[in-house]
Amino acid sequence: MHADDAQTGLRLHNVSVRLDGRLLLAIDCHIRPGSVLTLMGESGSGKSSLLDFIAGHLRPDFKAEGRVVLDGEDLTARPAQERHIGLMFQSPLLFPHMSVLQNLAFAIPASVKGRLLRREMAEQALLDVGLAGFGARDPITLSGGQQTRVALMRTLLAEPRALLLDEPFSSLDQSRRAGMRKLVFRLAKAKELPVLLVTHDREDADAAGGMIHWLGRDDPGNGCTDKAQP
Amino acid sequence: MIRQGGKPDVPSVLIALLMAGPVVAGLAGTALPAFGYLPVLGFETFSLQPFQALFAEPGLATSAWISFSTGLVASVLSLAIVLVFMAGWYGTRTFGRVSRFLSPILSIPHAAAAIGLAFLIAPSGFFVRLLSPWMTGWDRPPDLLILNDPDGFAMTLGLVAKEVPFLFLMTLAAMNRPHLGAYFKAGATLGYGRMATFFLIILPQIYPLVRLPMLAVIAYATSVVDVAEILGPTTPRPLAPQLIVWMNDPDLSMRLMASAGALLQLTISALAITFYLVLEKFAGIAFKSSALTGKRFRQDRNGQIASLLPMLLILVLMALSTGLLVLWSVAKSWWFPAAFPQVLSIDRAVNAVLMAGPALSATLTLALLSGVFATALTLWLLEARGFRKKRDSKKLKMLIFLPLLLPQIGFLFGLQMLFLATGLGGTLTSVLLSHLIFVFPYAFLALSDPWNRLDPRYEKAAASLGISRSMIFWKIQLPLLLRPVLVTLAVCIAISVGQYLPTLMIGGGRIETVTTESVALASGGNRQYAALYGLLQLLVPLAGFTLAALIPNLVHRNRSALQMRG
Repeated sequence: MHADDAQTGLRLHNVSVRLDGRLLLAIDCHIRPGSVLTLMGESGSGKSSLLDFIAGHLRPDFKAEGRVVLDGEDLTARPAQERHIGLMFQSPLLFPHMSVLQNLAFAIPASVKGRLLRREMAEQALLDVGLAGFGARDPITLSGGQQTRVALMRTLLAEPRALLLDEPFSSLDQSRRAGMRKLVFRLAKAKELPVLLVTHDREDADAAGGMIHWLGRDDPGNGCTDKAQP
Repeated sequence: MIRQGGKPDVPSVLIALLMAGPVVAGLAGTALPAFGYLPVLGFETFSLQPFQALFAEPGLATSAWISFSTGLVASVLSLAIVLVFMAGWYGTRTFGRVSRFLSPILSIPHAAAAIGLAFLIAPSGFFVRLLSPWMTGWDRPPDLLILNDPDGFAMTLGLVAKEVPFLFLMTLAAMNRPHLGAYFKAGATLGYGRMATFFLIILPQIYPLVRLPMLAVIAYATSVVDVAEILGPTTPRPLAPQLIVWMNDPDLSMRLMASAGALLQLTISALAITFYLVLEKFAGIAFKSSALTGKRFRQDRNGQIASLLPMLLILVLMALSTGLLVLWSVAKSWWFPAAFPQVLSIDRAVNAVLMAGPALSATLTLALLSGVFATALTLWLLEARGFRKKRDSKKLKMLIFLPLLLPQIGFLFGLQMLFLATGLGGTLTSVLLSHLIFVFPYAFLALSDPWNRLDPRYEKAAASLGISRSMIFWKIQLPLLLRPVLVTLAVCIAISVGQYLPTLMIGGGRIETVTTESVALASGGNRQYAALYGLLQLLVPLAGFTLAALIPNLVHRNRSALQMRG
């Protein structure tokens, strides 16, 4: 392992999450830029709490220890807004009171000035995922797959430095999943983002092609060690 | 997390002060004069004299008994009507229709409803007119005490007609939880009748959410003033309106006695609540033991029909009452026993509305300001608590509802003294503050549920996009909740318009609203003007609810996910 390697990507330093004193999970992990860590586990194993902890949304009744370090910066004490960690959920959660284009423009950082430029960026994002001309639409009129694609672009337009995926493919039809997985992982790789994927679905893990970590297992072959990485 | 948790929770503290402050100060301001201490008027020694004077008043026991009995009976009857109706009809088309008609009744202020009801049932009222003289032989109003009857039946009816819609909507809100439909099915699959399923399976789950509103109803009904002035007995009066008479007596020492009476009122309301809690305990035991017997109560068709009748009766009474308000306000002459006015004229109505201008503008000012303040405070509180990811705290909830769980008169006496002492008495500001005490709990009641039900992942998604907390509030949470926020505003307006006692007492006669005017006119026997002011009372909240329904459809017209369904 090179020294500069250790500085980049998403590092979870001895993270543990407890609820009412009960240990939900413990993990120590390094996700390199452009690589995917797939987290698998039973429901109730604390997967969502881990994502909440990393993204800065953990409820105060949960007690977490450890540090979240992104590209060498310790994010543990920062509010969610200042972490630059993109989040995708099971459902696309497009804001229902905005048009598709407004949803995308809403995500572009304020530092990008100019109405026209912001509009062009949003339209380019739609074009990138094959949804050119959908900008004016009411999000609810889009199919599930189309909504997920918009949600993905919305996440990426905010210029995240890491991506957390909370079973984002589970709401899609079987036939659409493969295409969507490819798209997500391709874009994440192109942007050199470390990705943490939480899923029930073994196929998701295989498609991600990275390390697999089983929550609740302690055996040495369990994914989240540097050795297991190809 | 550390940074977020470090700052004090300003809105929670502020709300606690806003709610508990006036109540505590008001109670103290009531208790001290009750024991003879009121330095402003020169009473500086403590004594039991006010209580001695109070208990020496003729008719006091009757007054107290009327307050206790009418309040308790009206409250329990209202809850019973609501619950059996829920049990018999929840989820049916009839249920849908009835609830559509009940909601607007909720927005009718108590005083307006009472005035309409009086027009209906008085000896010279619509019912008697319909039957006279061809059936009754009466060509002048009979000398019957239908209105203001000594036992308070008319008053109880008026209270039931207004509390049923309130308890109905509170129960309906409590039933708005996942899997409830599945429980109904589970009950049916096990062979239990519809009503038995409701009482044995559903009610135990939702009752905790109904209890607080029910206690508020008891506190209100046992100490009501405006309904009592219009429909209640007069010789003697129920306790609360009697206290107002003493309070306004030119002999200032009567104020001490009135304060002692206010403490008695607190005791009576507390007794009624205690009595109800015992009743509730027994009912709980009865239901539990019935559930263990395994009796299915499968044949409940008759019960179902019986449960519909009181509800329909209330709907018909309120519809007729409202109709009579309209009719009376445009009636130029309407002599007994004609069932309809001889001469209709809009001129006098228009004149009266012009005359009502100042009262109407005071009403609107108070309603809008208290509505905006209460809604904004609620949003602030909910946003801050959501941001801290605090769960609903029982203590805060109790504090917020505290002003509704005490008889208004119990602490308004003291509050009035306090405002007088600070020189704020009789100003719009002090009346506004007093309205806010009673409006805020309803704002919280109306808004906290929709707020908590908003998918928290919208906030997470936006925060992860780097959107600031205030932007999330203004651009995501507020627009998504536009409909409930506007409904809350409308509820606040309705509550504020309905406030009679706070306006009367804190305003000290210097602030007049259409509500205080209508009660004065109704007790003065001026039917046309009373009807007009009653109608105005009703139109203001109606306008609020109509706008609350229309605006979101307009704003979100291209967003079908946010359109009102069916």
